[in-house]
Amino acid sequence: MDRETQLKLLKDMLLARAFEERAAEEYTKGNIAGFLHLYPGEEAVAVGVLNAAGPSDYVVSTYREHVHAMLRGISPDQVMAELFGKKDGCSHGMGGSMHLFDRQKRFMGGYGIVGETFPVATGIAYSIAMKQQPEAVICFFGDGAVNQGTFHESLNMAALWGLPVLFVCENNHYQIGTEIHRHSAVAEVYKRACGYRIPARRIDGMNVLEVYEATGQALQQIYAGTGPQLLEFETYRFRGHSMADPGSYRPKVEVEAFKDQEDPVAIAIRETLPCYPSADEISAAGPDVINKLCSQMDNLGHLDNRQLEALRSEVAQIVDDAVAFALASPEPTLEDAQAYLDCNRQQEVLI
Amino acid sequence: MAEEMFYWQALNRALYQQMEADDSVFLLGEDVGLYGGSYRVSEGLYARFGEWRVRDTPISEGSFTGLGVGAALLGSRPVVEIMTINFALLALDAIINMATKIPFMSGGQFPMPLVVRTPGGVAKQLAAQHSQRLEQTLMNVPGLRIAVPATPQDAWWQLNQAIRSDEPIIVLEHELLYFSKGEVDTQVEAPPMHRARVHRQGADLTIVTYSRMLQVSLQAAEQLSAQGIEATVIDLRSLRPIDWDSCVQSIEQTHRLLVVEEDSSFAGAGAEIIAGLSERCFYLLDEPPKRLAARELPIAYNGTLEAMSIPRPADIVAAATDLCQTKDAI
Repeated sequence: MDRETQLKLLKDMLLARAFEERAAEEYTKGNIAGFLHLYPGEEAVAVGVLNAAGPSDYVVSTYREHVHAMLRGISPDQVMAELFGKKDGCSHGMGGSMHLFDRQKRFMGGYGIVGETFPVATGIAYSIAMKQQPEAVICFFGDGAVNQGTFHESLNMAALWGLPVLFVCENNHYQIGTEIHRHSAVAEVYKRACGYRIPARRIDGMNVLEVYEATGQALQQIYAGTGPQLLEFETYRFRGHSMADPGSYRPKVEVEAFKDQEDPVAIAIRETLPCYPSADEISAAGPDVINKLCSQMDNLGHLDNRQLEALRSEVAQIVDDAVAFALASPEPTLEDAQAYLDCNRQQEVLI
Repeated sequence: MAEEMFYWQALNRALYQQMEADDSVFLLGEDVGLYGGSYRVSEGLYARFGEWRVRDTPISEGSFTGLGVGAALLGSRPVVEIMTINFALLALDAIINMATKIPFMSGGQFPMPLVVRTPGGVAKQLAAQHSQRLEQTLMNVPGLRIAVPATPQDAWWQLNQAIRSDEPIIVLEHELLYFSKGEVDTQVEAPPMHRARVHRQGADLTIVTYSRMLQVSLQAAEQLSAQGIEATVIDLRSLRPIDWDSCVQSIEQTHRLLVVEEDSSFAGAGAEIIAGLSERCFYLLDEPPKRLAARELPIAYNGTLEAMSIPRPADIVAAATDLCQTKDAI
């Protein structure tokens, strides 16, 4: 993979982490209320999948969707303003954290009822198929959602009619507080897809490069008209289910193991930093080249270390700006709310 | 240019007309395609428009209704047929949590041109699980409209309007109305989808009703007339919103109100109608308003008990006579 792409993935993950940690902070300050489901730990999935997605693809997501929304081009300002319930939020303060929407960006919503993303995505795909467009729908869901009837009903219909859906399982092993072996008779989600003859793979969801590549391959097949695909990404959320959940049901050793060894941000940093040539390699290259290469590598190395810091401060600034934007944005009015409900009334005047 | 036809034919013609006019209209549901629909409503459409626009679905009410929601997000105009309203209970997540919430919680970004057609009501000995009405379950949902066509003409008008509308709409049909006949004028301009229709004018009392109870009320009104009581019969045609003005105008003349509904009374449509009209014209009423509704029982398979469970013409006559007892005294 080229370095530019890796840097892009890294920046997206850094922004995702910084945004969510700041959202937690703003929640404790009281600027954000209600349910707030955060994404730290799972960044590699959304970042890998949505960087591989095409600009004309549609995305349907769950209530843990701030990062997905930003990756589709909704500005951090608009997402933060929505978390604050303000009028300049992407859903104008009507949706909040769980219901981010942006028609233009083809971000078709965050859904608060587990299992709703399946039929919505299937319907979008049906509409695409009717119009014979070379587009796909990316349908996010968690491991807990696969025991809803809609999972089975929708996979059946998507396969039956060859609809262009990429089903993306963010398997973080917990449906709120119930670990997957306690909620699923078969804990490998991808295996369920074979009951509907849908090609499926299980991928390490902590490695953004693998996520990116697997998604790209699956989407190419979907664009080619071969019907739906399912990808299961094994991941882990570092926080509780929502801000109301300390996550105390999980063994500390489990959480620590993922944080220390599997932090997707750490992996992405490791893989993005260049390998420096050893002193022996440098001297073996000869004096002139040595000086040149030394200088290049040195420069590149410094650049990268600095770049990493620069990236960190860049995303910190983006998040600061988003919070400032959200704080400054006005509250929506009751008239606004009525107008949003009636957006579909056309010109009809009710008696 | 009126033509006599069955209620199902009026619906069929409306579907045909809308599908012919707009490629984004499509029909989906169980047995709507090859089979032609359980009540013949989609007869001939599969052959004319093909499988992508007349889609036979698996038995998955929750997800194929949700599929309609997703397709509507992209501007398609899905008409979802749910074979009976009893099965629509499996689709309430799609109807209530998705279709009516997405336009609102997206801040007005997504209209929802979704039509769900489904028959409710007591038919002929279908027993408790296939005889529910359930309009009360759907009435308390802001953002959802409910059209209840009672005649072939209304079926023609209201289904056409529902498909053209960008709001989520339940078209609540009735199993015993599909094979009722009536005049349909396809050329005459339709009244607003939610405008009530006065079917009979009388000075003594106002009967407010909807769906199949219109026919039953009209039969009762004839019997009442023979007894010297003249009833106005109003078909609401829409349960959300409700055309209050037409009802109030009639009560201004009659000063008596009887609501006839096929659903159970407790927290039902009649409760809303009487509450709404009491707020609007309490002092016009000479007598406490009356409700006539189904018994608070599931519907029995036994035919005699089934018939006794919902209002019959004789029940309406008795209630109206009772309500008009003081008429001559005033």
